[in-house]
Amino acid sequence: MFEEKELQAIAEKRGQYEAAVEKALAKNPEMRKEFTTGGGIPLKRVYTPEDVKDLDYNRDLGFPGAFPYTRGVQPTMYRGRFWTMRQYAGFATAEESNARYRYLLSQGTTGLSVAFDLPTQIGYDSDHPMAQGEVGKVGVAIDSLADMEILFDQIPLDKVSTSMTINAPASVLLAMYIAVGEKQGVPSTELSGTIQNDILKEYIARGTYIFPPKPSMRLITDIFEFCSTHVPKWNTISISGYHIREAGSTAIQEVAFTLADGIAYVEAAVKKGQDPNVFGKRLSFFFNAHNDFLEEVAKFRAARRLWAKIMRDRFGVTDKSAQMLRFHTQTAGSTLTAQQPENNIVRVAIQTLAAVLGGTQSLHTNSLDEALALPTEKSVRIALRTQQIVAYESGVTQTIDPLAGSYVIEALTNQIEEGAAEYIRKIDEMGGMLVAIEKGYVQQQIQDAAYEYQKAVESGDRVVVGVNRFQIEEDASERTLLKVDPVVGEMQAKKLAKLKESRDNLKVKACLEDVRKAAQGEENLMPPIIEAVRNYATEGEICGVLREVFGEYRENVVL
Amino acid sequence: MDRKIRVVVAKPGLDGHDRGAKVIARAFRDAGMEVIYTGLRQTPEQIVQTAIQEDADAIGISILSGAHEHYFKVIVEMLKERGAGDIIVFGGGVIPESDVPRLLELGAGAIFGPGTPTSECIKWLEEAVAKKREKEGVNG
Repeated sequence: MFEEKELQAIAEKRGQYEAAVEKALAKNPEMRKEFTTGGGIPLKRVYTPEDVKDLDYNRDLGFPGAFPYTRGVQPTMYRGRFWTMRQYAGFATAEESNARYRYLLSQGTTGLSVAFDLPTQIGYDSDHPMAQGEVGKVGVAIDSLADMEILFDQIPLDKVSTSMTINAPASVLLAMYIAVGEKQGVPSTELSGTIQNDILKEYIARGTYIFPPKPSMRLITDIFEFCSTHVPKWNTISISGYHIREAGSTAIQEVAFTLADGIAYVEAAVKKGQDPNVFGKRLSFFFNAHNDFLEEVAKFRAARRLWAKIMRDRFGVTDKSAQMLRFHTQTAGSTLTAQQPENNIVRVAIQTLAAVLGGTQSLHTNSLDEALALPTEKSVRIALRTQQIVAYESGVTQTIDPLAGSYVIEALTNQIEEGAAEYIRKIDEMGGMLVAIEKGYVQQQIQDAAYEYQKAVESGDRVVVGVNRFQIEEDASERTLLKVDPVVGEMQAKKLAKLKESRDNLKVKACLEDVRKAAQGEENLMPPIIEAVRNYATEGEICGVLREVFGEYRENVVL
Repeated sequence: MDRKIRVVVAKPGLDGHDRGAKVIARAFRDAGMEVIYTGLRQTPEQIVQTAIQEDADAIGISILSGAHEHYFKVIVEMLKERGAGDIIVFGGGVIPESDVPRLLELGAGAIFGPGTPTSECIKWLEEAVAKKREKEGVNG
């Protein structure tokens, strides 16, 4: 990007600068011997054109909406439309969650994001013994289409896009969403939204797996195939680095393992004869926005560039929208402190800015009380307002990718891309992501990083304001926290018993047999699952049949 | 010399957040304890079985799903029923401070919230086990 002569002149000046630094250091040493990003990338004292001398604008950055999409996936970015402000929410019963969604929509949220409780995420009905104590706790309990109808009552599915954090039983919940759409008179071709549907990171970091890898990958590719024709506006997967980062990975690892998961999904679908130019358009991603501002902005840019190259060079994808990495972001839950929780508002604001300057397509901002419990309505509102302030008041949305060309941002973008590519090479050598997970390699890398981080906090090397410095005595009794009514479990179980009395049980049985036959064979599982949910077969019943056919995954414990 | 402290680090129920459990398990191990980490999705039955079979001094429970009251209650009761009520039960995770008194009342020895240094957990556990062994007259 710079002429040789110019670089020489800079090198000369740098000599003078370094002499001045020596003098300054003799008087006052710097605060630390080494400065690094949150993810451990060493940072220089100052960056100059010398650090980005090989940068080729058209090749490495390009224009927004053009390969390699470093500067963003749309030609006008936030000048055309802000990112989707999408707050992850759901708790207790479908009725209560429906009320929270309608509140969020009334407050200017622009897309829904459904949190399911753990039994729903793991394919157990609310009356299952494993569900005890967990019903409605971390999200809403959905047992059948009847609950789903209540969840989206008076919410027009042709106007609102919905993201559902559901993985192992993603087919079942997508089927229910399609069935609710039918009842509202909205054809499946008009539905828009996302299912997370990313099983690999469940094995690595999030834990809500059900089936072993092989049938799990089949469920996913069945969804890709089905949606290509029947739900073309749906994001069929949200390949997630968020939980990998929350589990303690570095920024480079977050990009590397997420894109390596992505490669595994594309390979699986290609193997089934699907065209990556088609299903590739509906792949979406999900990243974390952590505290280290510069590193995070660079991370998003690096991820976009690396994925575009992978799709083009590795899979021969020529369709532009199948080369683009579109992503949702959530601010980093693990950075929230239980101590002086109001400080979390500031952390979230910084993380929001990183996500926006990194070019996110949608964003969830965490609430200040999430290190303590589920957020209250007030704290959710503050979190949403944080996004709105960045969108409407900060001015950063008015010009695209404003940090591009910053020497440090471009240098970090390069380093993160190279670091991630190196990991991906290693994983390729191992035989791909499934093997790397099976060996525990990925889990071990993440855990080592998490443990290093913890040690750095305890030694005081890393400062967490309010936790290991600037602490105060606090009165916890003054806090208002959201409590989920413990009778939710009983209520759900009663609803379920009633449903099983009123539905056509012979029909349900026949539908479940169709699901079983499809699972045992090769045909796409989506149509029989949709038929089963239409007839009010429960999630637990459908997943129960699949458990019988596919078996269950057992964790490879790595410590 | 005293026998090494044996501690079971357990993830009851369906919660998949295991970063904290794994970090504390490694910290206990680095502090010279014998650590049995159960992995995810353990029923109270499995956790209690593990603790009894491994002759553990303590069970550390990690829960971030809000189901803490249920699991502490069931695990402590089950230990008592099996004559293993002397096994120390403690825990951590996303647990509101207002719930802590209730958990202590149910029989938890201590609850460590987010941000607790691992050194604090180690120190507490060493003291709690020393007290327990003194009471039992076990020493070796």
